This record gives sequence, structure tokens and C-alpha cells, in this order.
Amino acid sequence: MKRSIIGLLAIAGAFAAVTLPAQAEPAKPECLAGAKPGGGFDLTCRLAANSMLETKIISKPMAVTYMEGGVGAIAYNHVIGKRNTDGNLITAASSGSALLIAQGKFGQYDETAVRWLGAVGADYGVLVVAADSPYKTLADLIAAYKENPTQFAIAGGGAVGSQDWMKGALLAKAAGQEAKQMRYVALEGGGAVLTALEGGHVKVGAGDAAEMAQHHAAGKVRVLAVMSPKRLPGSLQDVPTAREQGMNIDWPVWRGYYVGKNVSDADYKWWAAALSKLAQTPEFAKEREARGLFEYTMIGEPFEEQVKADVVRFKTMIKEAGL
Amino acid sequence: MNLDYLWSGFAVALSAQNLLIGLIGAFIGTMVGALPAIGPINGIALLLPIAYTMGLPPESTMILLAAVYCGAEYGGRISSILLNVPGDAGAVMTAMDGNPMARQGRAGEALMLSGIASFAGGMIGATGLALFAPLLASIAIGFGPAEYFVLMVFAFATLGSMVGSAPAKTLIGCVLGLMLATVGLDATSGAYRFTFNEPELGDGIEFVVLVIGLFSISEALLILENQTKGHTVIREMGRMLARWSDIVKITGATLRGSIIGFVVGVLPGTGASVSSSVSYTTEKRISNSHDTFGKGDVRGLAAPESANNATACGAFVPMLTLGVPGSGTTAVMLGALMLYNIQPGPMLIAERPEIVGGLIASLFIGNILLLVLNLPLVNIFARILTLPNWILVPGILTLSVVGVYSTHSSIFSVILMLGIGMVGWLLRKGGFDMAPIILGFVLGRVMEVNLRNALAISGGDIGILFQSKISLILWAMAIGIAFVPVLLARRAKKRRIAAEQVEQSA
Repeated sequence: MKRSIIGLLAIAGAFAAVTLPAQAEPAKPECLAGAKPGGGFDLTCRLAANSMLETKIISKPMAVTYMEGGVGAIAYNHVIGKRNTDGNLITAASSGSALLIAQGKFGQYDETAVRWLGAVGADYGVLVVAADSPYKTLADLIAAYKENPTQFAIAGGGAVGSQDWMKGALLAKAAGQEAKQMRYVALEGGGAVLTALEGGHVKVGAGDAAEMAQHHAAGKVRVLAVMSPKRLPGSLQDVPTAREQGMNIDWPVWRGYYVGKNVSDADYKWWAAALSKLAQTPEFAKEREARGLFEYTMIGEPFEEQVKADVVRFKTMIKEAGL
Repeated sequence: MNLDYLWSGFAVALSAQNLLIGLIGAFIGTMVGALPAIGPINGIALLLPIAYTMGLPPESTMILLAAVYCGAEYGGRISSILLNVPGDAGAVMTAMDGNPMARQGRAGEALMLSGIASFAGGMIGATGLALFAPLLASIAIGFGPAEYFVLMVFAFATLGSMVGSAPAKTLIGCVLGLMLATVGLDATSGAYRFTFNEPELGDGIEFVVLVIGLFSISEALLILENQTKGHTVIREMGRMLARWSDIVKITGATLRGSIIGFVVGVLPGTGASVSSSVSYTTEKRISNSHDTFGKGDVRGLAAPESANNATACGAFVPMLTLGVPGSGTTAVMLGALMLYNIQPGPMLIAERPEIVGGLIASLFIGNILLLVLNLPLVNIFARILTLPNWILVPGILTLSVVGVYSTHSSIFSVILMLGIGMVGWLLRKGGFDMAPIILGFVLGRVMEVNLRNALAISGGDIGILFQSKISLILWAMAIGIAFVPVLLARRAKKRRIAAEQVEQSA
């Protein structure tokens, strides 16, 4: 009798072992946002949480939790230190995270301390001028900049070394000025860049497409170039890319997720498959558009490579700029 | 003048949710004001993290905090009149004639008359604010980094007049605030400063942590230290309805007090304690023909009470239009806006009219709510004066810890808050005021970033700070406000010496 119970249990256990871990949905799906509610990471988390439930890829609602600090540094260290094997958890990241890793601002850990899961959307860098600016094309701007490099204050929504600063540095480089000589004004966010342009305090602004597109459509600023491989849809469709204007550079600001380093392959694969499936649904496309993101899907192995390449690229730029 | 922002503000403030929030704020504010131990700044510091964690939108949070602020100015009179202990700094002068009235058995009348005076002061102040705010906003676009920097210089210059008694301690407090503001990620270079490799300090010292530590924790410690020595509450209310003849009698004093209060409130760095004493002494000079002031004269009650309410509204003018706080309490509210990633400053009314309009509209509505609350419910508010410390102190501590933890969900923040609270307690025992620390902290980062940006634009040429008309006017105002009080004080001293010499020679 006793033996048969054990036998039954063994069979049941074996059965469970076969069915449960392989491609099973996480019991308690959770997305960690390394910021305040309402911030960029929160939007990234909600994008997955809302559309995964809507498309029934997960059956239970995904919890969104917050851990503010160091633009995601606290969350990064938390995942590495405490949730390293947790297959329920994905954490929001962006290309800004890769930049901070390149700058060594995520503490002692580098980009190999987690597993990069996938990117599901991106915004693209843009260069803008005030609506009444005499410069109509990127070539105009670069020519004028070359003539008078000390007169060109460039504003961006981030510190020296931030992505906006790097976009400005690329412009300076195109105009033959060294990044160190660039007159860069570090403002808080795109709204402040807009105000500084309108007030005539700076001549050029560096920012992201989604935010500037509204102001471009409203006639407050002129977007001179989008840093994307092809033209962007919507109100920016008439704006040529930087490549079209002879500046060979893309600047995608991707948004995606990572998981702990020691999460099982099965869980990693489940999440990767889920994101791939999700990215093809119309529900997701709608959610992504509502958050001002353009199509940019890169999942699993290629994404791991992309993050590593980003970190290398950022490190090179930081070194070139002598920061 | 375009007042569209105000009408749309009424639409915001009159929504069911915001009305309810305003009512709650008015009620809490009156209680906070009535309690002698805690003032409006503590009330706001404790409520801010709760409102933020509840996910209230910024305009609702501002409405809540403004209602608490104004409510405290109403509540302060209750303990002044009944206990002869001012509930907050602005109610000190209310006790001068209010408490004698209560001792004559006219407590009910005193409460009603002062309630009416508060209402008039609040309404006049809010009207002034509504008219004033858009005027300054029209020049807002001219403010670049250089102008902002000079504006901050002006704000710091006003500090000299803020706490006149110990200017050195005010300045030290201010420098402490500036130093604390440098902790964390440097917004210009992106470098970490003074974080000691502690990632939790990467974003700097959180505003909520600093405010709650400095005000609430240190307050709780102070209460414990000076266990209040059994004040006698006057329970004989007398008739609750004021006489019509008294209401007529206070009209002039109320109007004068309101106007003085508003003007003083608009000047950055001066608060309700200044305006109420100025209006009381002015009124005494004008009306004290029969030597009745200080013995229960209704005009001596009405003047400071209308002034401190008008000041609360006036203090919003520099805060909403320039991003320069007019008082310690508005400095905390300024920090609250920053918590929502809203940069206060000249652009605020153009960019977020719903916040400015909603807040001003809520002041009108709040004053009506407060009058309605305060006339019939005054007995209930009077009862909380007897709230024992063994409820009060643990209450403050619990709210502090819960507030900080719920905002940042980190134990580090809680420990930091407690540490700051201990330091704050020591500083307060040493005679330091906490408001300059908060001002330094809030304004310091803005000042630094704008200076560096201005110099980035000019390529290191300091001349950019003196280029525009706005900058030059601000420099002149800063110099004026820093030195005029000194000169006035010197002249007054000379006169006093001269008078003494005359007396001696006579």
C-alpha cells in the first residue's frame, strides 16, 4: 500500500516535471520599474503588462512594482543581488541604461550581469531649431555652425555625457568642432529645451522624436533631422533622416526588458517567445503607438548582442569626448 | 487682462474629487493650526507623501496643501483665543485682544468675529493673487538661464529680511540647505557628488525625507522635551453669535489688515508673523484712541487675523509666478511640485494653467468652506486643544515613517529621515530656523544649474549675467532688498539714540 502511494507520487512527480517547467507561464508575473510611477520605465512596464493581458498571453494580471533611484541603478543592483533566479520578474530598461552601464554608473556590475530579454519599441533622436530659425535643413545648420562655432549653444534634456549631449556632440563633430568645445546647456527634459529655443536662449536642441513631434506639428519648433534608418510615420513623415542629409548616424532610444542572470533557460525562452508573439498583435501596436514609441522589435540573442554593441559604442564616444 | 486660466481653474477646483479634497484639507488644516505644537508646515510635510503615494494628480495635491495652509491660518486663532497660546506663528498677535475677550466671557463672539475677519482676509488675498499672477507671467519667456540665476540671487537676498533677529543663523541655515542640495547626480556634468558609493543617494537627498526630518521629527522631539505645562482652556464660550455693531466696527480694521497682509505676503521671505504684527501695530496707531487695545478690542482681534490669512494667499504670488517661495510653507509646496517633475517658475502658468488656476480657484472655494466649517464646528476644534501628547507624538512619528516609506519604499530613506530629524532638533535647540535650510535646498539646485548653463551659453563669459533688462532689474531689486532693511534699522537706531540723548539732556 505504502509502496503504491510512493509509486503514484513518483509518477505524478515525473508527470509534473515534464509538463510544468517547460514553457510554463510564470505563476506571478511581475515587471519592475526602476523609477517613480509615471516615469519612462513605468510606461515600459505597463506596455507589457497591459497588452500581454489583453492578448491573453498571460492569464493573470502582471504586477508593476517600483524601485526608484539612480535612473534604474537601484533596480539593476536589486535584480542582480536579490532576484537573480526569479523567473517571474522582468525589469524595464532603455538604451539610457546601456549608457549608464558604459559610464560605470550602475555600480560594480557591467552589462553581462543580467540577461537581456528584448526590446519592444524605440524612440529616435532628433535635432530641432526654433520655428523662426533661419536654418531649414541640416546642411544649412552645419554650414552656419562651421562658420561661427562659438555662437552655437546646443540644449538637451540631460547632463553632459547623456544621450542628448551625444547627439549634440555628433552635430558639433559634423561641423568640425570638438565635443569638448561644444557649448552644451543641460536642461531638465524636452519641455525645458523647447522653452529655451522659443526664448532664443539657445540655437539648437537635441531631443527625442515622440516629444518633439507634437511641438513640430504645433509649429513651435522645426525638426531638422530624425536619426532613424528610414523616415518616421505620423507628423514627422516630411522630415528627412540624418542619413538622407549626409550625416551617417542612427540614434534609436530603445525600450525593453532584462531578467536575472541565473533565470532558467525555460523561463527566459518563455518570456522571449511571449514578447515575440506579442509584438505581432494589433493590440500591442496600438498600445505602443499610444506611448509614443515606434516599431523596434529585437528579442533574445540579437538583443543581447545589441546591448553589448551599444555599451561599446557609448564607451568609445565617452573616450573620444574626453569625459 | 486674461483671466481664462482662472475660470478653467474653477472647473478643476469644483470637480467632486477636488471639492472633497479641499474640504478634507480645510478640516485638517484647522486642526493643525489649532494645535499649538504643530503649524501649517508640519501639516503639509506630513500630508505631502500621503497625497503623492495615493496617486493624486498634481493639481489635487496642490489644492489639498493650499487648503491645509489656509485652514491653519484659521485654526491658529482658536488656541490663541482660548489658550492664550498661539496655534502657529501667524496667530501670535490674535491672542493680544482675543484672549482678553475670552476671559471676559466673550469667547464665542471672539471666535466668530475672527472667523469673519479670516474669511475677508482670505478672499481679498485670493483676489489679489488672481489679478497679480498673469501679469508676471507675460514676461516669462524672457527668462533664460542667466535671468533665472539672478532671480535666485534675488530670492536669497530676501532671506535677510526673513528672520531678522539672527541673520548669521539664517545664513548658516541657508548654506546648509545649499550644501545638502549638492548631494547626488550633478545635472550638468552627470557626475555623482557626495554619494559615498551609496546608490540610494544617487538622486540626492529626497525632498520629502528632508522636510519630514527637519520639521516633523524634530518637532516631536521638542514636544517630548518641553512637556506642555497644563494650560487652562477657557470653556465658557458665552454667546456664539457676534453683535452686528461689532461686525460693523471691525470692517475698517479688516480691510486694512487684509491689504497689509497681502502686500507683506507678496514680498518673498516675509510671512504671517510679520504681517500680523505690522497690521496690529498699524491698527493700534490708527484706532486706539480710548486705550482699549490689549484689553479685548474687537479691532485688535480682526486686524492681525485678516492679515495672516491674506498673507497666506499673497505668499503664493512669488511662488506661482517666479518659483520663489514667499514663506517656509510655500517652499515646501514648491518642493511638492518638483516631486511631480513640474518645474516651478515663470513658465508655470502658461504650461500648467490647470495647476495655477485650480489652486487659486480652490483658495476662493476653500475660504468659503473654512468659514462654513469654522462657525458651527468651532466647539469640536476647541476640543482637540486638549489632545494629550501621548497621542500626538506617536501620531506624528507614525505618519512620518509611513509617509517616507510609502513614498520611496526604502529603509535607507527612513533612517536618513530620522538622522536629519535628530540634527534638526539640535539645530532648533541652538536657535536655528528650519525654513532657510529648506529654501537653500529648494533653490540651490536651480541656482547652480542655471549659473552653469548661462556660462555654457556664453562660453565662460560672466557678462551674460548682466546683459538683459530683466537681469539688471533683478540685480537692482536684490541689492535693494538686502540693504534697505539694514539702512532702516540703522536709521531707527540713530533716532532712538538721539531721542535718548534728548531725554537725558532734558
